[in-house]
Amino acid sequence: MKHRRLLVLAGVIGAIALVASLSVAAASSNRPARVQQAAAVAAPKVPNAAALRKKYGGQKITFVGDSVGNGHVRDVALAKRFTKDTGIKVSVTPHPAASDAAYSQLARAFSSKSSSIDVAMIDVVWPGAFAPYLVDLKPKLGKQSKLHAAGIVANDTINGKLVAMPWFGDYGILYYRTDLLKKYGYKAPPTTWADLFKMAKKIQDGEQKSNPNFAGFVFQGNSYEGLTCNALEWIASAGGGHMIDNGKATINNPKAITILDALRAQVGKTTPRGVTSYQEDQTEHAFDSGDAAFARNWPYQYGIGATAGSKVKGKFSVTVLPHGAAGKPVGTVGGWQLAVSKYSKHKDATIEFVRYMTSPAVEKFDAITNSNVPTIASVAKDKAVVKTNPYLKPAIASVARVTRPAKFLKTHYNEASKVIYQGINQILNGTPAKNVLPGVQSKLNQILKQK
Amino acid sequence: MSSVATPAPAPRRPRRRRTKLQRRQTRLAWLLLIPSLAVVALVAIYPLGKTVYQSFTNQQFLAGITPTKWIGLDNYHQIWHDPAWKHAVILTLKFTVITVSFEFVLGLIIALVVNSSFKGRGVMRAVMLVPWAIPTVVAAQIWKWMLDDTFGVVNDFGVRVHVLSHSQAWISNPSTSLGAVCAVDIWKTTPFVALLLLAGLQVIPSDLYEAADVDGASKLQQFWRITLPLLKPAILVTLIFRTLDALRVFDIFAVFFGNRLDTQTMAIYIQSATVGDGNVGLGAAASVFMFLIIALFVVIYVTFMRVNEE
Repeated sequence: MKHRRLLVLAGVIGAIALVASLSVAAASSNRPARVQQAAAVAAPKVPNAAALRKKYGGQKITFVGDSVGNGHVRDVALAKRFTKDTGIKVSVTPHPAASDAAYSQLARAFSSKSSSIDVAMIDVVWPGAFAPYLVDLKPKLGKQSKLHAAGIVANDTINGKLVAMPWFGDYGILYYRTDLLKKYGYKAPPTTWADLFKMAKKIQDGEQKSNPNFAGFVFQGNSYEGLTCNALEWIASAGGGHMIDNGKATINNPKAITILDALRAQVGKTTPRGVTSYQEDQTEHAFDSGDAAFARNWPYQYGIGATAGSKVKGKFSVTVLPHGAAGKPVGTVGGWQLAVSKYSKHKDATIEFVRYMTSPAVEKFDAITNSNVPTIASVAKDKAVVKTNPYLKPAIASVARVTRPAKFLKTHYNEASKVIYQGINQILNGTPAKNVLPGVQSKLNQILKQK
Repeated sequence: MSSVATPAPAPRRPRRRRTKLQRRQTRLAWLLLIPSLAVVALVAIYPLGKTVYQSFTNQQFLAGITPTKWIGLDNYHQIWHDPAWKHAVILTLKFTVITVSFEFVLGLIIALVVNSSFKGRGVMRAVMLVPWAIPTVVAAQIWKWMLDDTFGVVNDFGVRVHVLSHSQAWISNPSTSLGAVCAVDIWKTTPFVALLLLAGLQVIPSDLYEAADVDGASKLQQFWRITLPLLKPAILVTLIFRTLDALRVFDIFAVFFGNRLDTQTMAIYIQSATVGDGNVGLGAAASVFMFLIIALFVVIYVTFMRVNEE
């Protein structure tokens, strides 16, 4: 009888746990999914499918793809279409959400010469590091690569080898609530950081009366690669250089100190104290739940907020990021490429998959369903694409791009970026910039000296 | 040789020439042991040896680009002079001392309570193990959401009952981050400590307590004079387990803080150097340092145990 009571209690606890976890899961899935949209716009058909089926049908390849926003949904839709048309089975695995963690995942696979990954999403700063492990795509895809932006193709060409095909571009932009700007008497979005902080404070004070979770400005402040992108925008737009210029670390300068301290002062004021744990998904969630007036994020967020069912649909717009008093607006170059592992057992079939994914038809699909920035000029000018992606309008798309210092750091990029984002995270968490930047600069110079 | 048995005046040393039976048994013992020893050598000694060897080289994760060569004690110099490593060691020691002491005291109290008879004791023993049964990364992620400063349950509740003046960023704020992570680890591991101590308590015969009652000893005297001394072996085993686990802590810090600099433990420093930076040689050297620190604790504990037994 002692056992019976034990079993009954265990059953009750199990039932409660099951109900609790199911309700949590249901509650968290209320964010607008673009599954309907992705299905409504069908994935483009694969050209030359019959020939591909004859040659490679039945082969299995693994694609390590996106996990931020609805990237995985997009990947699965495209992979399914490719499998249906050509008979090449593509299995999609999302990579870790933090870019530096995704880097480690690929590093582990390459260092163990694993054939478990055939094609992977490569961040714009990784071609230099992974070049020895990737297949040269120039023989088979060189012609198609000429359709893409020359700058990105050059970024993906290491020592004459085209190690990755450009897939979608990215740059930082400012999201803002048009309805709240109107409500508080502002006619236009802010152009300088000082303006942004002022407007954010006024709107936050007003909105917090009814919504205590409301924040003026949200961005990515966690100790990860995304913070390096945000910080580069702050520093470069304030005239503080590009962290590493001409092969030497320049991050420790007065303009950088000023802008970083300005942002540090906002944490806990117009930016939630927890912003130092925010990555892209937390920023998007805060803005799309109506809990933020301004947000810095990549263009992918646009599509999620504009879907039917989103709390901010029709109430927000985008513009270029603000600049410091002595600078100009900039956006950090992001964007992803597709690369084929040289340890893959099905290189040719994989290259055909990459050919499909980086074709104009699929880039148009990506842009319309997931607001991914196309890397093909003709797609970026397409009327349907510009309609669903207002940030492609020349006024915004022509913002000056700044690149992270990957070309000076090559295989040590991850290590150097870690020094940067750990330092900036420390500053945001309360340490004055002048106490942190000298150490960051000397460590960066040490890493630059290693070859 | 006389076959008459004569009583020997004192026990003599075993004869060097063993009988055939003894030699056969020794050979059998070795044959049976060799498979286990081989597995241990492969799984434990080979990686340890390889790590020590790698710590003297500049081995990289992506070894295709930088050739590996012997660099002697360079890695050790670098770590010795790295303020981040010193910080990691101190943080890990702080974490160990805080969590092990709290877990020990709370675990002992819980074990004593659950050892006495009351209605529902069996159920209580099962329920108290639930925190420990949840995988650490799952529990850490759940607590991370609960402690969130915007939508976390803890802050919401605290503000409502006026215990907190406003939402606290428990995890992001450097002054509360260590407290937050210690609290979650204590919540998670106290049941384990309680379980080990409970096992030790159940071995103590109850007639000792009855005799003490007859002699007029108070409950407190019984605790200090009977329970604690007889519990010492279990306490030592528990402390060794917990201390070694706490010195190697990784998962809860990784989920809470990720790559943050001021919250790196020794294990996180090593993982960050090995996989994040790709500097396997440096990570190996740091691992050797960590191994020595842990070995120091083991030596202290074992000496304490041996002193105690005598």
